[in-house]
Amino acid sequence: MNNFQMLEYAAWGISVLLGLYMLIDLIKTNRAYSEDVLTSSKEGEIEEALVIDPDHQGGHR
Amino acid sequence: MSQTTVVHGEKISLLRVLGPAHIWALGVGIVLVGEYMGWNFAVGKGGAIAALIACWFAGLLYTCVAMIDSEVTSTVAAAGGQYAQAKHIVGPVMAFNVGLYLVFAYTMLEAANAITLGYLVQTVGSMAGFENVHDKPFIVLTIMFLAWLNYRGVYATLTFNLVLTAIAFVAIIILFAWVRPWSTEMLKHSDLLNGLPYGFIGVIASLHFGLWYYLGIEGTCQAAEEVRSPARSLPLGTMSGIITLLLAATMTWYVCTGLMPWEYLGQAITPLFDAARLTDSKLLMILLFVGTMFSTMASANGCINDASRAWFSMGRDRYLPTWFGAVHPKNRTPFRSIVFLVPVALIFAYFAPLDQVITFSILSGLLGYTYMSFNVIMFRKKWPLDRIKRGYIHPFHPLPALVLLLLCSVTYFAVFLGYGTQLVAMMLFFAVASIWFHFHRYRFVRRGDQFSMQWPRPVGY
Repeated sequence: MNNFQMLEYAAWGISVLLGLYMLIDLIKTNRAYSEDVLTSSKEGEIEEALVIDPDHQGGHR
Repeated sequence: MSQTTVVHGEKISLLRVLGPAHIWALGVGIVLVGEYMGWNFAVGKGGAIAALIACWFAGLLYTCVAMIDSEVTSTVAAAGGQYAQAKHIVGPVMAFNVGLYLVFAYTMLEAANAITLGYLVQTVGSMAGFENVHDKPFIVLTIMFLAWLNYRGVYATLTFNLVLTAIAFVAIIILFAWVRPWSTEMLKHSDLLNGLPYGFIGVIASLHFGLWYYLGIEGTCQAAEEVRSPARSLPLGTMSGIITLLLAATMTWYVCTGLMPWEYLGQAITPLFDAARLTDSKLLMILLFVGTMFSTMASANGCINDASRAWFSMGRDRYLPTWFGAVHPKNRTPFRSIVFLVPVALIFAYFAPLDQVITFSILSGLLGYTYMSFNVIMFRKKWPLDRIKRGYIHPFHPLPALVLLLLCSVTYFAVFLGYGTQLVAMMLFFAVASIWFHFHRYRFVRRGDQFSMQWPRPVGY
């Protein structure tokens, strides 16, 4: 096996891990919150006060 | 389903954290790859001069798009962009169609970018002397990594795009300065330009790929619900984006046509990288290769962002199952839409040929631009300037809308010349989808709830 083949296997491996991460997190989130809460977003709404879980800012602090 | 996590409020919304620079990065990031590759097929269709005419023609088309879009979006600050505009201004069937155009245009473009990135890595592997190198692992990795990034949060995603796009744009400027455009020392336009080898029909044919210089700039308004000040940031980001692209397109054309004969340029895969190779500068070669990779990745990244917002908005309005209208409570992203579109992009990237994928993307975009021309006329008629305050008012109305409609018509003909079957197939698909929506899906839509803008009653209603 040459270095490039190892790189290819690494790419497959990372892809599978990222896919699994998203799938598992999606399932966990679906179970942890009610459907009404998850789909409570309203178009054009800007009231930040209504936001839940303020500690988590989508990658922004 | 039971709720087991502490919730500090009642609602979840997308996160308003973006500024004008992110909007610029979203719009330019999706498009700039078109300067690195793709635009040059216009040269193959009609020669270098035809490609320049296509560059100006498409530049005018997209300037109209950007102006119209900036005005309407500054009042319809909602994820989904043109879909949300169509819902408020035209009607539900148009909105459903526009939503599908957006999702198709961006998902196909994402697939095309992933294919290209895979090809580039494969080429590097082959050049390094490795045998049996494959592109598929890197195609899949590109889609999975960028989907994961989008899943995790919009701020990090578009900051990442800002860095990639800025580097790719600066690389074009450095190349332009390096070849000393004020002298004929390196650029040989007088020897290489040969007029219009196929006459004016070549100019028409080149319009198809002329769109590639700017395709996707309208995607800026998909971030309307995540930007801190939509009325200011969206017009600012979009207009500065189209100016950036006009400059980048002109510089790219000038450098490439001064260094390469049109017969080669018209079928080159990576024209800007090839231009760098012709300068004999290793530094430039590395810079332009990095620019090619970064622009491709930024484009795919922005496409995932935009396609998922359009799909999410349609789910939220019940145009699609409401399941897609969910927001992640921690990451504050439309997580189900992002995950759902991953296999769609993978299937097209893995199995479909690149030119077909690109053509479907262009056609979907073109249908969207055609809608925008009459959308803005209806908007001004129903809600004149004194009835709704706009963050930006585009000048010379209705001239940009009429010019846009005319340019779109000519471009349809250009696409028909090369890809008539795909054009007809796509129209049939959207016709069938519209029938399905009208007779089946629309009964699930809560008609009053979908109109969220606090607008006065339209004139004549």
